[in-house]
Amino acid sequence: MIIGTAKESYPADEALLTTAPQRVWMTIFVIALIAAPFVLSNYWLYLACLAMINVISATGLNVLTGYTGQVSLGQAAFMAVGAYTVAYLERSLGTPFLLNILAGGVIAAAIGLVVGLPSLRVKGLYLAIATIAASFILHFVFVNWTAVTNGNSGATLAPATVFGIELATYDRLYWLIMPFAVLLVWGAANLFRTRIGRAFIAIRDRDISAEVLGIPLLRYKLMSFAIASFYAGIAGGLWAYLFRVVTPESFPFLTSIFLLAAIIVGGMGTILGGILGAVFMTLTPELLRVVVDLASVFVPDAATLLSPVRTIVFGALIVGFLILEPRGLTEIVDRIRRFFRLWPFRT
Amino acid sequence: MSEWLFFLEVTLAGLGSGALLALTALAYVLIYKATRVVNLAVGEMLMLGAYLFFAFAAGWGLSAWIAIPLAIIGGGLVGGIVERGLIRPMLGESAISVFMVTVGLGSVIVGLVELVWGTDPRALPAFIDTSPLFLGEAYVSRKIAVAFVTAAIVIGLFLILFRFWRGGVALRATATDQAAAYSCGINVPGVYSAAWVIGGATAAGAGLLLGAIGGISPVMGVFGLSALVVVIVGGLDSVLGALIGGLALGMIQSWTSTYVGGEYTNVVTFGIMIFALMLRPYGLFGTHEIERL
Amino acid sequence: MSKGPARLDVQGVTLTFGGVRALNDASFTAEAGSITAVIGPNGAGKTSVFNCITGFYRPTAGRIVLDGEDITKVRPPARAARGLARSFQNIALFHGMTVLDNIKLGRHAYMKTNLLQAFFYAGPAKREEEALRREVEERIIDFLEIDHIRNKSVSVLSYGLQKRVELARALAMQPRVLLLDEPVAGMNREETEDMARFILDVKEEWGTTIVMVEHDMGLVMDISDHVTVLNFGEVIASGTPKTVQNDPRVAEAYLGSGDPQALVKRIEREMAS
Ligand SMILES: Nc1ncnc2c1ncn2[C@@H]1O[C@H](COP(=O)(O)OP(=O)(O)OP(=O)(O)O)[C@@H](O)[C@H]1O
Ligand SMILES: [Mg+2]
Repeated sequence: MIIGTAKESYPADEALLTTAPQRVWMTIFVIALIAAPFVLSNYWLYLACLAMINVISATGLNVLTGYTGQVSLGQAAFMAVGAYTVAYLERSLGTPFLLNILAGGVIAAAIGLVVGLPSLRVKGLYLAIATIAASFILHFVFVNWTAVTNGNSGATLAPATVFGIELATYDRLYWLIMPFAVLLVWGAANLFRTRIGRAFIAIRDRDISAEVLGIPLLRYKLMSFAIASFYAGIAGGLWAYLFRVVTPESFPFLTSIFLLAAIIVGGMGTILGGILGAVFMTLTPELLRVVVDLASVFVPDAATLLSPVRTIVFGALIVGFLILEPRGLTEIVDRIRRFFRLWPFRT
Repeated sequence: MSEWLFFLEVTLAGLGSGALLALTALAYVLIYKATRVVNLAVGEMLMLGAYLFFAFAAGWGLSAWIAIPLAIIGGGLVGGIVERGLIRPMLGESAISVFMVTVGLGSVIVGLVELVWGTDPRALPAFIDTSPLFLGEAYVSRKIAVAFVTAAIVIGLFLILFRFWRGGVALRATATDQAAAYSCGINVPGVYSAAWVIGGATAAGAGLLLGAIGGISPVMGVFGLSALVVVIVGGLDSVLGALIGGLALGMIQSWTSTYVGGEYTNVVTFGIMIFALMLRPYGLFGTHEIERL
Repeated sequence: MSKGPARLDVQGVTLTFGGVRALNDASFTAEAGSITAVIGPNGAGKTSVFNCITGFYRPTAGRIVLDGEDITKVRPPARAARGLARSFQNIALFHGMTVLDNIKLGRHAYMKTNLLQAFFYAGPAKREEEALRREVEERIIDFLEIDHIRNKSVSVLSYGLQKRVELARALAMQPRVLLLDEPVAGMNREETEDMARFILDVKEEWGTTIVMVEHDMGLVMDISDHVTVLNFGEVIASGTPKTVQNDPRVAEAYLGSGDPQALVKRIEREMAS
C-alpha cells in the first residue's frame, strides 16, 4: 500500500513534503548537508560549492524555462552581472558581502526585466533570441566598461569576511553558499504552492487561454524572467566569492548551454530536476577529466581534448534527453522509486 | 572626393558580406518555412561546411572545383541526417523543445570540429583569384565580389524555384497548411527532408565562401547569429526579407566597423534586433499568425 | 464571495477576419440570473461571440456591456476579475497540472499573494491558499462530484470529466456571468443529464447568469429561459425556447431552404475559413 494518502486536513495536504518517505529522505539529506564540510576533502568541498552555485542558477532557469515555458540562453550573462556587481561593490565600496550578493541578484533581475520586454510583443522563441542578443551586448559591456569591470584583465576581489573571519577556504565558503542554495530552492518550491506558480504553469501550457482566465501574461512572463535573472545574479555573486576573480570569459555562452542542459537532464518543471541536473552536470566534466586522464596513457595530447569533448557531451546530453527522456533524471528516479514501492518504508 | 570613394568601397564590401548574410538567412527561412523549426545550429552547419571544404581541399589535396561540390553535398547530407535523426522524432513536441534540440546540436558540432581540426583559425586554400577588381574607381576585393555574385545567383534561383518549380510549390503548401498539403497528396515528410537538405547545403555553401574571405575557425558559427538577426528583422518566413535584411545588415556592419570600431559591430547588430523585436515582432515582411481558441 | 448575477448585453457586435464577416451587428441580452442559449449551425459565429465577450477578439464595431458598464475596451484578465468566466469548446485545461490546481487557477484574479509572500509561503500566502483549498473542496469538488480525481493529472481524464473540470474551474472564478461553450458536446446521455443538472444547480445555488452555446436541442429546450439563434453571424431569432422552436427561419437556417443562392453563400463561407 502507498502510505500517506489519507489526509487528516487540507493544510497537511498543502505541505511541501506530504509522505513519510519524503520526510525521511529530506532528514537524511539535511544531515548530509550539515555533515559535508566535516567529512569531505578540500577538492570535493570545492565541487560541492560549485554544484550548489549551479543548483541556484539552474533552479532559476527552471522557473523560467521548465515552469513558464520561456527559453533563456542568457543565464550565464546574468550570472556575470551578479559576479561583476559583487566584485565592484567589494572593491570600490567595501560593503558587507550579504548586501553585495543581494545587489547582484537585484541588478541582474533589473537588467532581466529590460531584456524580457520584447516578450510583451512576441512569444515563444523570441525571448530566447533576445537573450542571445543580450549575452553579446553584455559581453561587450564587460570588456569595454573598464571603470567598473577592469576590462579584459578582470576584477580580483578580497574574500568575504564575517566578524573579521575571512571566508577564503572551501570549508568556510560552504557555509556561505549552502544556506543560499537551500533558501532559494525552498523559495522556488514555495512559489508553486501559490497562485504565482500556477500562473507560470498556465502560461507554459496554453498562454492564450490563461489570459482569458484572468492571468496578465506580460506581468507574469516578466516576473518569471526577473526571478530567473535574480537567481542567476545571486549565483554569480557567490561564484565571485568562490573564485575571487571575474573576467569577461568567466561566464561564456557555453555556460548558458550548460545550465539549459542541466534542467533538461534533471527534468524541466520540477524542483528536484533542477537540483539533480545541476549536480549531474557539475560532476560530468570531472568524470570526463578522469576519462581523459586514463586516455592520456594511449593518446599523447589527450588533455587538449578535454574542452571539445565537454562541449560535445553538453550538447549530446541536451539532444539525447529531449528525444529519449524529456522528463529527465527525475522521471528515472521516479521509476526506480515505483519499482521499489517505497521500500524501505513499506507498511 | 576620396572620402566618398572610401565610403563607396566600404559600402561595397558591406554588400558583399551582406549577400553572404542573406544566403545564410535563406537557410533559416527554408527550414522554418517547411518545418516551423528555428534552427539555431545553422551557424554551426555553415562552419562545418567550411571545414569539410578544408578537409577535402587541404587534407586530401583535391582540386577546389571538386572540393566545393563535395562540401556542399556534405552539408546537405548533414542537414538530411539531422532532420531524420533529431528533428523527426520531435514531431509534435513544442517549438521550444525542438529549438533546444538545435541548440544542443550546435554545441555538438562545435565540439566535433574542435576535436578533429583543433581550435586554431586556419586559412582555406585559395580558389578565388586575389588580383583586385575596380568598379569605376572603387576598389573591391575580388573574393567579396565573387561571394556577392554567387550568393545573388543562388538567391535568385531560389526565388524562381519557389514560384515555379513543383517542389517549391509543395514547400509553400506545406508551410501554409500541413494537413491540407497532406490531403493534396504532397509528400510532407519528403518536403521536410528536402528543406533540411537544401538548407544544410546552402549553409555549407555560405560557409565556404565566408571561409574563403576571412579564414575558418570553430567560432565562425557566430556569423549564423548575425544571419538570425536578419531573419528576425526580415521575418522568419520571408525570402524577400532575408534578401533585403541581409544586404542592409551587411552594409550597416561594414559602416560600423569602419567608422565606429570593429568591437561595436556585435552591439549594433544585436541592438538592431532588440529594437526590431519591439517595433515589429513578426519582422518587416513576416506574417503574423492568428491564434484561435 | 460573488456579488450576485450580472446582466450581459451584446450590442451590435460586428467582427471581421480579413474578408470573412464572422459576426454582423449581433445583439442579445442575458438577463441577470437566467440561462440564455445561443444556437446556430456550424460556423454561425457562436464561439466568436464568446471570444468577443471575454475580450479574446476585439470587435470591429459594437459594445459589450456588463451590468451597465461598457467593457469593450477592457483587457481579458480584467474582464475575468469583473466576473466573466468561461469554458472552452476545445477544452483548454492545463495538462501540466492536477485537477485541483486547474480549479484553483480559476481564482487567480481574486487572490492577493505577492511574490515575496509566495517565496516564503508565509502569512497571507499560506492563509489564502488554505482558505481556497477548503472552499474548492467543499463548494466545488463536492458539488460537481469529482472528489475521486482531484489529484489526477487532467490529461488522463475522459472527455466528459474534462468538461466537468472546466466547469469547476469556471466556478472557481466566482462568475457573475458564466459562459459555457458546448458543455455537453461529445457526452453520452447519462453524462449529459448530469451536466444539465449541474448547470441548473449553478443557476439556483450560485445565482449566476449563464450563457450557453449548445447543439444539443433537447438540452437547450429543457433548461434555457431564453434562446438566441445565430446564422452567418446574424441574429435571426430570439425568444423563449417555444417561440424559437416554431420560427420558420430557424428551421431554414438548420436545414437549408432549398434556395440555391443560400447554399452557394454557405459554401463560399466555408471555403473562405
Ligand atoms: N481566428 C479566426 N480567423 C479567421 N476566421 C475565423 C477565426 N475565428 C473564427 N473564424 C471564422 O468565423 C466564423 C464563425 O466561427 P465560430 O467559431 O464563431 O463558429 P461557431 O458558431 O462557434 O461554430 P461551431 O458550431 O462549429 O463551433 C467561421 O467562418 C470561422 O471560420
Ligand atoms: Mg464554436
